[in-house]
Amino acid sequence: MAEKGIGAAVPRKEDHRFVTGHGRYTDDINLPNQTHAVFVRSPHAHARITRIDKESALAVPGVIAVFTGADAQADGLGSLICGWMVRSRDGSDMKAAPHPVLAVDRVRYVGDPVAVVIAETLQQARDGAEALEVEYEELPAVTSVDRAHDGPLVHDDVPNNLIYDWELGDAAAVDAAFAKAARVVTQEHVQNRLVPNALEPRAAIGSYDAGSEEFTLYLTSQNPHVHRLVMSAFVAVAPEHKLRVVAPDVGGGFGSKIFIYNEECVVTWASRKIGGRPVKWREERSEAFLCDCHGRDHVTKAELALDAEGNFLALRVTTKANLGAYMSTFSSAVPTYLYATLLAGQYRTPAIYANVRAYYTNTTPVDAYRGAGRPEASFLLETLIDKAAREMGIDRAEIRRRNFIPKDAFPYQTPVALTYDTGDYEATLDRALELADYKGFPARKAEAERRGKLRGIGISCYIEACGIAPSQVAISLGAGVGLWESARIRCTHTGKVQVLTGAHSHGQGHETTFSQLVAEKLGVPYEDVEVIHGDTASTPIGMGTYGSRSLAVGGEAIMRACDKIIAKGAKIAAHLLEASEADIEFEAGVFRVKGTDKQKTIQEVIFTAYVPASYPEGVEPGMDESAFFDPPNFTYPAGTYVCEVEVDPETGTVSIETFVAVDDFGRVINPMVVEGQVHGGLAQGIGQALLEGAVYDDSGQLLTGSYMDYCMPRADDLPSFEVHTSPGTPTATNSMGVKGCGEAGAIGAPAAVINALTDAIGQRVEMPATPERVWRAIRTSSMPQAAE
Amino acid sequence: MYNFAYHRPRTLAEATQLLAANEDAKLLAGGQTFIPTLKQRLAQPSDLVDLSAIAELRGIREEGGGLTIGATTPHAEVAASEVVRRVVPALADLAETIGDTQVRNLGTLGGSISNNDPAADYPAGLVGLGATVRTSKREIAAEDFFTGMFETALAEDEIVTAVHFPKPEKAAYAKFPNPASRYAIVGVFVARTAGGVRVAVTGAGPCVFRARELENALSADFAPEAVEGVSVSADGLNEDIHASAEYRAHLIKVMAKRAVAAAG
Repeated sequence: MAEKGIGAAVPRKEDHRFVTGHGRYTDDINLPNQTHAVFVRSPHAHARITRIDKESALAVPGVIAVFTGADAQADGLGSLICGWMVRSRDGSDMKAAPHPVLAVDRVRYVGDPVAVVIAETLQQARDGAEALEVEYEELPAVTSVDRAHDGPLVHDDVPNNLIYDWELGDAAAVDAAFAKAARVVTQEHVQNRLVPNALEPRAAIGSYDAGSEEFTLYLTSQNPHVHRLVMSAFVAVAPEHKLRVVAPDVGGGFGSKIFIYNEECVVTWASRKIGGRPVKWREERSEAFLCDCHGRDHVTKAELALDAEGNFLALRVTTKANLGAYMSTFSSAVPTYLYATLLAGQYRTPAIYANVRAYYTNTTPVDAYRGAGRPEASFLLETLIDKAAREMGIDRAEIRRRNFIPKDAFPYQTPVALTYDTGDYEATLDRALELADYKGFPARKAEAERRGKLRGIGISCYIEACGIAPSQVAISLGAGVGLWESARIRCTHTGKVQVLTGAHSHGQGHETTFSQLVAEKLGVPYEDVEVIHGDTASTPIGMGTYGSRSLAVGGEAIMRACDKIIAKGAKIAAHLLEASEADIEFEAGVFRVKGTDKQKTIQEVIFTAYVPASYPEGVEPGMDESAFFDPPNFTYPAGTYVCEVEVDPETGTVSIETFVAVDDFGRVINPMVVEGQVHGGLAQGIGQALLEGAVYDDSGQLLTGSYMDYCMPRADDLPSFEVHTSPGTPTATNSMGVKGCGEAGAIGAPAAVINALTDAIGQRVEMPATPERVWRAIRTSSMPQAAE
Repeated sequence: MYNFAYHRPRTLAEATQLLAANEDAKLLAGGQTFIPTLKQRLAQPSDLVDLSAIAELRGIREEGGGLTIGATTPHAEVAASEVVRRVVPALADLAETIGDTQVRNLGTLGGSISNNDPAADYPAGLVGLGATVRTSKREIAAEDFFTGMFETALAEDEIVTAVHFPKPEKAAYAKFPNPASRYAIVGVFVARTAGGVRVAVTGAGPCVFRARELENALSADFAPEAVEGVSVSADGLNEDIHASAEYRAHLIKVMAKRAVAAAG
């Protein structure tokens, strides 16, 4: 099976249907008798709704119904929730304000849904939405996190807009270390706000069957069971057992399709309101800009204390995080447990303290976006360390090397709660420096200078916590759900294998990777394995895909279900081979009596399980096993990225010349899929560094509401990446030794790019480092010599 | 999109008649600005007169030593044209920088100049080369054609049929694109012609304009260094989240210098 088993770069199974137009996305689904919904959204960042005249829309031909927040409230629909409790340092709970599915009395960001218009056709629904008369009384708005504390209140009962004032680490130990430090390096920086921009916009079709009293929701979701849970337990759209959520092919998520949004609740509820006709909604791209949860948006002050030799003594971090107008599903955890816990990075900094204050503003809610907290932590550390190296005249690779957690120190307990299990940071650094020809850089810089270009090199040594998450750890830190994963292996009479997973693939290639796993584990042909996901009616209850968890957690559940298949198969084989079960060994799809040539293939054993002519006593027929896996720890992928840029000093344009990524993902199942994941992550990380940034004006209008103004990275903005995944240090957290690879690129890339740019022009520029920002920095820079 | 009546005339006369007969009729050329505008319901024409089937509006030919390009000729055709490459290579280069492949395959010369987006590339080419716009009614000098932001000298019932470009001695276009839209933050078209040096700037102001101070300096010495001493004022230049007026003023000089260098 090695040909298409673990470690083989098998082309992705799913790609044929995607590239030939045979994918089946939510918008491709049309149900009989379907209606169309258009949401009427607030044009103001903050306003009181003084009047809604439903009749104005109901008079439009084809309009079937108009529903408002009052209707939803009258029907007992609950609030959308934030499912992770974060407590302030004074012990008080975070201030989670109500988040109605349709605004009631007040709107709090441009795009806040005010009403839904349902009509026979999409065109008529648009006409109705346009005709709906809504009157507003505008209120002052606050958009920037820096002004939130003293700004107008987004929610009247949340003083200073302060959601929580949270801390992690030992403040006293940090203060003591700073007091004796030979050097303190300080940096203030902005984590720019990003718009996720999945290729497929969000869509939902809600449908109610009056006969069975069941609701079905087709949806762009990364985690259909989480949607079902929240929509039933909190929003009260339907009882959990009467709600089926189907996430068919989904065209990218990057976090933005984890969350439980207003629209999917409304269309499901509305279908029953209009007598059971299905209600379909698909957002426009401009709605996606306004309404899909954004990412990042921090303002941070970071201080690093060092001794005279450049050893890190302590790190102190103060961050203000903008969570937007409402708390989205996991928003509270992103700037806290997914951020401050990573502030040790790859280093043995003995004392770390972080204080994070999260604020409401009149902007789109902010939640997890590829990396979620970890890019923010990695950027902070890696740019701050570069600054320390420059100020102290130490080579930037050397200062990192001096402070790495040594490879013989694992498991390593950080001062910020996590226990790293494996790693060899010096090995990935060495490999990356060698591949990037770090030593040869001065010659390349000199050559660029002769062409009038400024050349810089940047290093970023990132770490992330993936495989989210050990349930007990997560729950003890405030998570409202367990974060295990499930799998079911269902074999058929003819020896084919169906893998039902609670994880969800929306671009990751699970159908391929999981098939390889099962093919290798059970010794069946890769082509005989089918992966099924995304339907609460058929798959076991699962927690979905985010936090680079599908393989490390979901994959392990699959392995364990396979173990049960093999164990049962051994009983049946022993019976058929008239041997003791203890004498049966299993290898490459064959059950064999040890030391003999007596054997049965797994297909023969599976057939026997379904056609039990001769069968062991006390063994159930059938070959269908399930497993749940709750990981004992996170996994800790880490690596080194080296980026080289050239800057045109006349225009400030930054061009990425080379980018080397050396990642330790542990064991790699499909190197091609992994490489693709890294490429995508790097593109998004480079996008954050140089191109992407959501901008609001002071009144709360999103100025970057389309691709005319929001710059997504394109192929010609990116170099040809050099991506390597060895040497790796497999984790023991799962039997495969895999760590997860989905987010690494987005986590490690921004600092590599910005460090290279800083090296080129002598001054750090805030992200996105647009040509004008770079040009201005060059004009004001005193060009101190970078330490070499 | 709102409903509208769709027409696809075969002749210019028919198109002119349709335009005159329907008060809220609009012309559709490549649709690269207009279709998105319609989709967002930002325009509500009663009738759409699609010019794509009118053969006489499309094509590239040499005329009087210069070039005449039909109004519905797409950018990609201009960029790839051997005739354009030979007679005014700078114009082919300019067309090659417009939008992306899809835009260049559909977007047209006439559509672009009639829309007169302040950041479009073609207006700089027309003004820089001293081109003449031919319409269903008359001929208009390029400088008189572009009258303001999204405004032209065209009458309601007037259709651009072609543009005539005289052959310059030397010319080149240098563009600093908006990284997001790839429109020009600043685009400078420089030409040395029998009538003197012309420098046309797009993207920087509300409408394409000639940079007289640069023209004067380059008339004295058509060399990149000649640009150095010129001071370009930021007064009246565009300012947005992508570029300040000051940065645009700086870029005008840089792009002018690069265009002169490219013109050789």
